[in-house]
Amino acid sequence: MAENTVQEVKVKEPLFGKKEKKLLTDPLNDNNPITVQVLGICSALAVTSLVLPSLVISIAVVFVCAFSSLITSLVRNAIPSQVRMIVQLVIIATLVTVVELTLKAFNYPVYKQLSVYIGLIITNCIVMGRLEAFAMANKPWRSFLDGVGNGLGYGAILIIVAVVRELFGKGSLFAGSPIEMKFIGASNDYMINTVTSDWFGWYSNNNLMVLPAAAMFVIGLLIWAQRSWNKKLVDIS
Amino acid sequence: MSTSYVVRFVLIMTSLVAVLLTVLFLGLKERSEINEAIFNKKAVLAAVADHLGEGVVHEDLTDDQVLEIFDNNVEQVALNMSGQQLTADDIIAAGYKGGKPENIDMAKEKKKTEADRILPAYIYNTDKGKFYILSVRGNGLWDEIWGNIALEADLTTIAGASFDHKGETPGLGAEIKDNPAFSEQFKGKKIYDISGKYTSVAVIKGGAEKGDAHGVDGISGATVTADGVGEMLERGIRYYEPFLNQVKSVKPGVKN
Repeated sequence: MAENTVQEVKVKEPLFGKKEKKLLTDPLNDNNPITVQVLGICSALAVTSLVLPSLVISIAVVFVCAFSSLITSLVRNAIPSQVRMIVQLVIIATLVTVVELTLKAFNYPVYKQLSVYIGLIITNCIVMGRLEAFAMANKPWRSFLDGVGNGLGYGAILIIVAVVRELFGKGSLFAGSPIEMKFIGASNDYMINTVTSDWFGWYSNNNLMVLPAAAMFVIGLLIWAQRSWNKKLVDIS
Repeated sequence: MSTSYVVRFVLIMTSLVAVLLTVLFLGLKERSEINEAIFNKKAVLAAVADHLGEGVVHEDLTDDQVLEIFDNNVEQVALNMSGQQLTADDIIAAGYKGGKPENIDMAKEKKKTEADRILPAYIYNTDKGKFYILSVRGNGLWDEIWGNIALEADLTTIAGASFDHKGETPGLGAEIKDNPAFSEQFKGKKIYDISGKYTSVAVIKGGAEKGDAHGVDGISGATVTADGVGEMLERGIRYYEPFLNQVKSVKPGVKN
């Protein structure tokens, strides 16, 4: 009998089974941190006027979310429950500082552009929410995947919003890109730049899209689109 | 869990984190300082973006190119408010360890009383003549704004200007940086009138008159930022007047 139970436990824990996959994909759609849980709106409004900073901050959030979940989960049984929130905060703040210092050393212009928003990842409700709701009660590997999933869910929305805002607000895409990916226009560090393009020079910028308020509209439209497409999200009762 | 366990846990955790971050900070310090210096130098060169040489685009300058131009073609001096040139020791005494004019932090200087400030000036030498690049700093609507103004060798005509800001509204005040057409207007404007009186360049709400040599158009919806730019230029360039007069007197009748 004893042997049987041991075997059962082993079978139950594949490295990448259905449950693990669900942890990664759920936050992308059914349980998206921004459009469904409506968390992390502040930074989603603030940094999404250009694609490049949004991409950088998304990568930073994936990193912070994944590793803070992993670390929290590893020490979850040792964390005294009286101070658990502070411990989580210290873990998050440490990782964010790591990101900030690294970015400052390796891409100073983007660091300047993001300024306070990197530091504000510390107060991003998504990260702390996942630690408190998931990592404190689950094993390290699953917590890690949950962190990656939620970071990706957040990042996906950020980038969609940023693409819309930069394209219509500035008539460009990927301004300041460190690698060359010229597509429309003559600027090396842009993917699309209507200003230097022979064909799209007529485009006049929509200044509303540059303002944070426009992100609110874009996110609102995204939520509408997602809800009409994914009926699971609509409360039928 | 007992109180002593909580205290021990927190102590161990915080010291671990402190050690980790200190090591990382010190390890990356040199690199980020180099990056910061390049970033600032590139901002200075933005004022002479038109004169970097045939086919050189300012935005496409690599870090090495920026350093190369600075090492070979840029002469830097530090000045006090009465136009005297400062030595490396003076700069160190003013609180900048590097001792070079480029180490001067305009944000720190702005907090000092006017008489105590020191200023960097960059002299950019090309085969087409010298350009004098001056740093100015002032207030926009929400936070500080700053810029670099390049003067041609006659010390009157503006050869180029670049502006930056800390937190102006995107699409409105931030246009001073984001819209190249704004800084483009300054080219060819004059900071002295014909009689030699200092006029600076005003940013005029509603638009400057055609042919006005001392005024440029403001930005719709960003009057406060635009006024801030005007005030910053008037005050900021005035700080350099003693230095400009000196250069003029050493080379009398400098004219292009």
